[in-house]
Amino acid sequence: MPETLPTAAVRVTVNGKPCERQVEPRQLLVEFIREELRLTGTHIGCDTSFCGACTVLLDGAPVKSCTLLAVQADGAELTTVEALEQDGQVHPLQQAFSEQHGLQCGYCTPGMFMSSLALLAEHPEPSPQDIRKALSGNLCRCTGYQNIIKSVQTAATLLRQEG
Amino acid sequence: MYPAPFRYHRPATLGSALTLLAELGAGARPLAGGQSLIPILKMRMDEPSDLVDIGRLTELTHIRKDADRYHLGALATHARIAASAAAAEIPALHDCAANIADPQVRSLGTIGGSISIADPSSDWPTLLHLLDAQVVCRGLHGSRTIDIRDFITDSYSNSLADGELVTEIQIPVPPANSGGAYLGFKKAAPAYPAAAAGVQLTLTAGNICQTIRLALGAAGPVPVTSGDIEQSLVGEPLTEAKLQQAAAALVDLSDPPTDARGSAEFKRTMLHTLVVRAARMALQRAQGDVVKGSHDYA
Ligand SMILES: Cc1cc2nc3c(=O)[nH]c(=O)nc-3n(C[C@H](O)[C@H](O)[C@H](O)COP(=O)(O)OP(=O)(O)OC[C@H]3O[C@@H](n4cnc5c(N)ncnc54)[C@H](O)[C@@H]3O)c2cc1C
Ligand code: FES
Ligand code: FES
Repeated sequence: MPETLPTAAVRVTVNGKPCERQVEPRQLLVEFIREELRLTGTHIGCDTSFCGACTVLLDGAPVKSCTLLAVQADGAELTTVEALEQDGQVHPLQQAFSEQHGLQCGYCTPGMFMSSLALLAEHPEPSPQDIRKALSGNLCRCTGYQNIIKSVQTAATLLRQEG
Repeated sequence: MYPAPFRYHRPATLGSALTLLAELGAGARPLAGGQSLIPILKMRMDEPSDLVDIGRLTELTHIRKDADRYHLGALATHARIAASAAAAEIPALHDCAANIADPQVRSLGTIGGSISIADPSSDWPTLLHLLDAQVVCRGLHGSRTIDIRDFITDSYSNSLADGELVTEIQIPVPPANSGGAYLGFKKAAPAYPAAAAGVQLTLTAGNICQTIRLALGAAGPVPVTSGDIEQSLVGEPLTEAKLQQAAAALVDLSDPPTDARGSAEFKRTMLHTLVVRAARMALQRAQGDVVKGSHDYA
């Protein structure tokens, strides 16, 4: 096996902005986002496909970016946690997590936001059970899940009011 | 954690993917959703020279129905199958697809990848046994159709020839008065089940069992089934006593390993409970009841 193998082009739209890099095919999407694009809001928790801290949206669907090669995302639209705040205005999800104490250390929070964003896009009025199911691939080691569920319910209400 | 270096290919058609796999030989692996392969590569349990990304081959993404069967393209994801007309018509299919791992894994993981990796704990092989599914495989020199029972040969082993790909899974539409259920038990959503079981049956008027399939998953190297036990249930009403007896006989054939998911003894108890519960749910569904829920990890 030679040490240097051909690189591959990755062209993606990240939070609405086109980006292009030439990367090693073995580069994971989470490394691409953090190291190449310097968007460090997406976290690496377990690095073993379990915790969901690395969740981003790939063409609108939640995926674990530690379990996807950057080259697999070539041509896709990616949404990361950096898309939430607009012009200094926090997103209803951010406001709700703050009001309802939906985070403590905040390490899991970017992943929680992205899974919740995908849920709310499909279900504007989710039941607590819908929320639990949507967040079943996201682990939190400090908050406990009750306040996270409440936060997502509050965010749903805020988003509907914004309408 | 990083995979060892490899060359990456993204052929545009199924034909070119098959040609490439044949040319590249034993060091190459197809890449579908990557939800089994990428963790394997990250742990360096495999160091292929080449990955052939088949993930965008539109020839393999279909979910459609013809007169008597559903055709699921190898690249149909767990999430798309869960939301499909096939899952609406066949409740056990919904039980399985909607509860594999978590939403993130279901976005990417495919039915073709699941049966190809043939993890002894994975859900699709067990479910597909219940539904008498057929696997369509294609190599450079043509296609063949294999029964799911012959496709999975051992833990992590299948009967694909070198360079062959799974292209489609076919599921016969169950007849009227059929019902089925698939149940698993696990500690958290993003984990394989410690034990799983499913039942698919057809009743005649008077609730006599006309056909039945039982299968246990995560219960040994391959799904545990028994034609003899199934046959012993046909032609009579499925009483609780009969179900308990059949469950005990089937669990006797299982050989679950003691591991991080539980002891063999614990798993046998779970297998027994799950297959009885699945049978009760299948009976209700065959009689027209809508039974939702199955095994939700939330
Ligand atoms: C956190 C986590 C939890 C999980 N929990 C569960 C669970 O509860 N139940 C469960 O069943 N599964 C579970 N899985 C596995 C998941 O379902 C995978 O999606 C599936 O096993 C593989 O599908 P894939 O498309 O991702 O295949 P890949 O990972 O891309 O490929 C898997 C293997 O199959 C080969 N392959 C892929 N497609 C084909 C094809 N068409 N023809 C021939 N060979 C092919 C590849 O070369 C590779 O060897 C889990 C995975 C993760 C990461
Ligand atoms: S870092 Fe990706 S799932 Fe934990
Ligand atoms: S807030 Fe600390 S892990 Fe969730």
